[in-house]
Amino acid sequence: MESTDDRTASGEGTESGVSAAQLPTRQEVEDFLYREAGLLDEWRLEEWLELLTDDAVYQVPPTDSPEGDARNTLFIIADDAVRIRSRVKQLLGKFAWAENPHSRTRRMIANVRVLGAEGDDILVTANFAVFRMRYESVDTYIGHYSYKLIRGAEGLKIKERRAILDNEALRPHGKISFIL
Amino acid sequence: MDKSAEAFVIDDQEAGIFRVNRRAFTDAECLERERRCIFDKCWIYAGHESEVAHAGDFQSRNVAGRPMILARGDDGKVRVLLNTCTHRGALVCRQKSGSAKTFQCPYHAWTYNSRGQLIGVPGEDAYSPAFKRDEFALAQPAQVDNYRGFIFICFDRAADSLYDYLAGAKEYLDLVADQSELGMKVVAGVQAYSARANWKLLVENSYDGYHGLPTHQRYFGFLSDIGVEMRGNNLGAPRQQRVVDLGNGHAVLEYQSAWGRPIAHWVPSFGEHRKAHFEQMRRRFDERFGADRAYRICETSRNLGIFPNLVINDIMAITIRTFYPVASDYMEVNAWALAPKDESAEDSALRLDNFLTFLGPGGFATPDDVEMLESCQRGFANREVAWSDISRGMKREPPALTDELQMRAFWRRWNQLMIEPQAARARRAA
Repeated sequence: MESTDDRTASGEGTESGVSAAQLPTRQEVEDFLYREAGLLDEWRLEEWLELLTDDAVYQVPPTDSPEGDARNTLFIIADDAVRIRSRVKQLLGKFAWAENPHSRTRRMIANVRVLGAEGDDILVTANFAVFRMRYESVDTYIGHYSYKLIRGAEGLKIKERRAILDNEALRPHGKISFIL
Repeated sequence: MDKSAEAFVIDDQEAGIFRVNRRAFTDAECLERERRCIFDKCWIYAGHESEVAHAGDFQSRNVAGRPMILARGDDGKVRVLLNTCTHRGALVCRQKSGSAKTFQCPYHAWTYNSRGQLIGVPGEDAYSPAFKRDEFALAQPAQVDNYRGFIFICFDRAADSLYDYLAGAKEYLDLVADQSELGMKVVAGVQAYSARANWKLLVENSYDGYHGLPTHQRYFGFLSDIGVEMRGNNLGAPRQQRVVDLGNGHAVLEYQSAWGRPIAHWVPSFGEHRKAHFEQMRRRFDERFGADRAYRICETSRNLGIFPNLVINDIMAITIRTFYPVASDYMEVNAWALAPKDESAEDSALRLDNFLTFLGPGGFATPDDVEMLESCQRGFANREVAWSDISRGMKREPPALTDELQMRAFWRRWNQLMIEPQAARARRAA
């Protein structure tokens, strides 16, 4: 993260990439992330999909290797765009039993920072606390998001979304059955 | 058959009746008895030798509810050390993993080497001549042994050897271990999760062929979305399909599956560009093992349950899964991916990708399994419904994948171990 800050500070935005002047403000990113959180908490998953690029990636690294690479480390979730869409379709269908009936979720997004750019990717980080309520228990997922956002004709879009857990294990949660 | 109030299992083979009393899933005293009669008596999986590949490597983890250190000593030997200072009890290793020449207790700085020997005691001259360093080495389980890289421990000095204990399960561990010429390795990253359910529900679930279609309909929907041909039934063609009671409570399902297997069973969703490479890998297996065994290794899937709490599912990828009851209605689960050491980076990435479609707490199947186990556990609050039925296919020969023979194999062994000490006590009293 810090090296990215340095790169931005030293003005290293390639000509084809995003210059410092074009970086979104923190407020614009916050508005975007709050909107995303609202769509997810309200189970408006089809609309959430519209926030993603066609080649989007959604990952949750394992709790013992938060910095791991999904190509050589066993993740909890490592979805490509096809699998994200399938996940949403399943969650909105009848047979994803772990989310049928749907759990309630409530997301707190904080400490939003625009870290800089890498080519066209806008690097953003934000802390999260996501509460999942089901069968009268509350499970708390704590961590931070690492986003790569793209600015397109329709505004910001998500190209990469990594939810990095601080929880040392999914205990007692047992699962990540909704979109974290 | 003993039908006293203590009976947990009704096993009437003539009538084809098999029932398990749900107190086995809910009763705290039953769990205490399991700790003594099962977990203190059986061989328990502790780890894989590849997790401590080099001298000095260690992993600290809970095994059978105890903090332990899996350590490769400076002599190259893998040991399992009980993680408690022999002085006053503190953990001597508080890192998850790493490499170390010594383990030093932070409390009073007693220091042990990588073989567990006590090599440093500050102010040792304060102790009497009766104090002998070599009596204070880190303790080890009564027995530790390794079968083809899988390391097991046993707290019972009188227990059968691991080789005998594994009985028929060895054949199926071989089918996994033979997937590499250089040996298998545990991939980085553990899926550490849990379920608010009794541990034996996960035993049953891990090789339950009956639940596949109803519980995992969404997974099969996903396979069909990505172009995997379903052949009408997820549990596939009859050419190789068997359910085997492997002895000592172990059991396996073996079947030809619709999904691709990263070892050498190509499916279109893996991409045309990989087809030739997969065929080449398969030819190598044919050469090494002959066509029949190569077919079994490459194209059949296996759900293997090793009594009491180890599952090795060699399905769309290989998972090692072990679990332990914290309470009668709560278990901790750890799952790893196992892969050939010599697998290319590209094949390994495919394997992990395939793994995640089905397996793990964020996959398209495991969360629904956890949901079902937790649902059973909630249902058990209805104590008026005292028994669960596990008789499916009891009078059918040969048993089908969707029958429950494998679970009966588990429960018979479980019951035997739980009842034996009681019966022995009763005999002594008489």
